[in-house]
Amino acid sequence: MKKNKPIIDTSNSVINIRGLEKSFGDLDVLRGVDLDLYKGENLVVLGKSGTGKSVLIKIISGLLKPDAGVVNVLGQEVDKLKGRTLDELRLKIGFSFQNSALYDSMTIRQNLEFPLVRNRRDMTRGEVDRMVAVVLDAVGLSQTINQMPSELSGGQRKRIGIARTLILQPEIMLYDEPTAGLDPITCIDINNLINEVQSRFHTSSIIITHDLTCAKDVGDRVVMLLDGKFQRQGTFEEVFNTDDERVKLFHDYNFID
Amino acid sequence: MKFHNEDEKPPRRPRAQVISRRMDRVFTELANIAAFIGRFFREVFLPPYEFKEIIRQCFEIGVKSLPLISLTGFIIGIVFMNQSRPSLAEFGATSWLPSLVSLAIVRALAPLVTALIGAGRIGSMIGAELGSMKVTEQIEAMEVSATNPFKFLVVSRVLATTFMIPALMMYTMLVALLGAYLNVNANEGTSFTTYFTQVFDAITFLDIFSSVLKSSLFGFTIGVVGCYKGYHSSKGTEGVGKAANSSVVTAMFLVFIEELLSLQVITALR
Repeated sequence: MKKNKPIIDTSNSVINIRGLEKSFGDLDVLRGVDLDLYKGENLVVLGKSGTGKSVLIKIISGLLKPDAGVVNVLGQEVDKLKGRTLDELRLKIGFSFQNSALYDSMTIRQNLEFPLVRNRRDMTRGEVDRMVAVVLDAVGLSQTINQMPSELSGGQRKRIGIARTLILQPEIMLYDEPTAGLDPITCIDINNLINEVQSRFHTSSIIITHDLTCAKDVGDRVVMLLDGKFQRQGTFEEVFNTDDERVKLFHDYNFID
Repeated sequence: MKFHNEDEKPPRRPRAQVISRRMDRVFTELANIAAFIGRFFREVFLPPYEFKEIIRQCFEIGVKSLPLISLTGFIIGIVFMNQSRPSLAEFGATSWLPSLVSLAIVRALAPLVTALIGAGRIGSMIGAELGSMKVTEQIEAMEVSATNPFKFLVVSRVLATTFMIPALMMYTMLVALLGAYLNVNANEGTSFTTYFTQVFDAITFLDIFSSVLKSSLFGFTIGVVGCYKGYHSSKGTEGVGKAANSSVVTAMFLVFIEELLSLQVITALR
């Protein structure tokens, strides 16, 4: 499916990161990362495994604290927030985990309701049911509502994971390796879903991946994380039009027409 | 790649340094556990309250343990009555069997057996469940959806074990007394009324009250240990297995220590 041209407001940056550093013991993962995510944009972060891509979005969502630098999300410095104020910001950020992170002991309906009933206590039963139906319809899995996560395929689990984040109507979506471990056809479905989420729910997204097909299909802008810093950024073609051997090697090992 | 010469032994760390590191680890772990318990007491009183989850956990922990507890309690009553008989028979005092066995069951056997079964069944279940939730990022998923995972997962489970272990203990007590009655009835022909009159003459309010209190402490320990081990399990399936195993071993060890300490306190009170 061809991606619709998104409306990106480059004067409005929803995530603004400057000089971000993060280490684990002696291992320096992020060494001065600067990043802007504009409203309505799908930004793809590419890089090899272990280069700190997931660490970056965990810092953005407040799961990890940075060692240095400023991480500004929707006008608030994430690492300065605590308790209720951090939770309020988190309601505006959807996080789709690499392995979907669905709650094994709950049905799909309960998985989807879980964030909603805890954060929108004023909603009636009917409103909750309607929201569940809307997001399930958005990911095309209405028939799975009473199933358990263990009964779903990998691709379906990813979709339900995305639906669970959408139910809170976030302004920002963070996708951690959305196509990892999926077959090529399901990957295309997930890429289409990411584009559909962008156009239907008007979200701004960061997509962490090392799948170049995904980067090409969904990214309005692509940045490449190498040695703890963003070394290249631009459109997909601009990023890979280089003599840098590391970038070329990354490209050549992916199979793209 | 660099290969070591097999004759070449790696340099040994000074013993003092090794001991110091181990002590560091032990004290860090103790500080972490204290912080975990402190957090539990802070969160337990703060809204929102997860009543539904607490009730669900009470069902998982309490009701689903009933078949195992019933069987174990019943067998313990029969076996203990059988093993006590020869000693009392030597002094011609078999008529004391109901009071002797009831005291043993109420004061020690029921609380201890329930706690040990709880540590095995419930401790491992909590450790493995939270461990696998941690490994599969389900705990982080709760956190990013603005839900407090500590309150939802830990507080509910610890409260459920603290309430359900005493309830299960009371049930074990009754089943074991019933098992003992069947044995004494079959051998000595003691009637139901005579048996239970002797039982209730022997036990006091303090016996039952101290056992309930002790069981609450055992339940709290089983819950805290299971949750702590699961919540802090390392990544990977090996971590889940270790969390489950360590929950059982640590909880059982602590239950014995607590039994010993509570015995001193109750004896002093008595």
